Amino acid sequence: MVSSTTPSNASAPGAPEPNPPFVPSATQEQIDERRRVFDALRALDPASLVSRQEIRDALLERHGAATQAKLDAASVAICGCGGLGSTVAVALTRIGVGHLHLIDFDVVDMTNLNRQQYSLWHVGLPKTEALRQVLASINPYLDVTCDQVKVDDGNVRELLENDGIVAECFDVPENKTFLVNAVLETFPDKPLVSASGMAGYRSSNLVTTRRVARNFYFCGDGETAPKPGAGLMAPRVGVVASHEANMVTRIILGELDA
Amino acid sequence: MKINGQDVALDGATTVDALIAARGLDPRRVAIELNGNVVPRAQRATTQLKDSDVVEIVSFVQGG
Repeated sequence: MVSSTTPSNASAPGAPEPNPPFVPSATQEQIDERRRVFDALRALDPASLVSRQEIRDALLERHGAATQAKLDAASVAICGCGGLGSTVAVALTRIGVGHLHLIDFDVVDMTNLNRQQYSLWHVGLPKTEALRQVLASINPYLDVTCDQVKVDDGNVRELLENDGIVAECFDVPENKTFLVNAVLETFPDKPLVSASGMAGYRSSNLVTTRRVARNFYFCGDGETAPKPGAGLMAPRVGVVASHEANMVTRIILGELDA
Repeated sequence: MKINGQDVALDGATTVDALIAARGLDPRRVAIELNGNVVPRAQRATTQLKDSDVVEIVSFVQGG
């Protein structure tokens, strides 16, 4: 991720010390071993671990056939695979959402691990590729499509037209705003769940899900951006990501109110 | 006019763009719903607001 969770290192008098910038310090052996582990995991034949039927049976025991049928048929675009998107994707994978479309242009950074669903052997890899492997280790039989691209007005229609629900999971405010506007303008009948305001460790009780318009949902506290000492952290980002994932699930299962 | 659930007096002719500016908001960080439909970005400068309108302004901050 290019943008920093500590937006400015300039300190005013009495301001907290800026966070020390992260400098990678892995040895070449460690870097090579991470790659070896990832390649080995990716090369695993999923059928050698579990059959499609066994995973289905486990999901059916939890959800029942009627609910699972709806989850199977659903298709969700995860726009951004960072703290929000990777967490939403894992949750939806666990409940067996049939089709996930992962969109992110970025690579995994060690500083992502404080909130994103990646492991050590993913550092340096494209997020879509890494997330695909994370999801496959939970349920390798779901349909996962990846696009390692930046979304803009030129490609948004083609990218999202086959996805039934869009989860906005970007980080930069202008990009989040662009995507929300573009989806609402281009696909007025497609449910869109967006999120904003999730930094630090303010109360979880400030986080809500709001149905802003017929197909437009907004999760978060709406205001808390990262600042020194209170950046994006797994627990609170997770609260908002779960709000998003649960709203997507509600839509899939026919509950359209927030 | 209602904005985010609050009654607001409409001060003369105003466009969506003017409303965004009057509230000190960054147009690149907001989405505007008017009577349940998004105001397309290209139409913000020409969409006029009236007393009976229901407006939702959603703004986005860093993080995700």
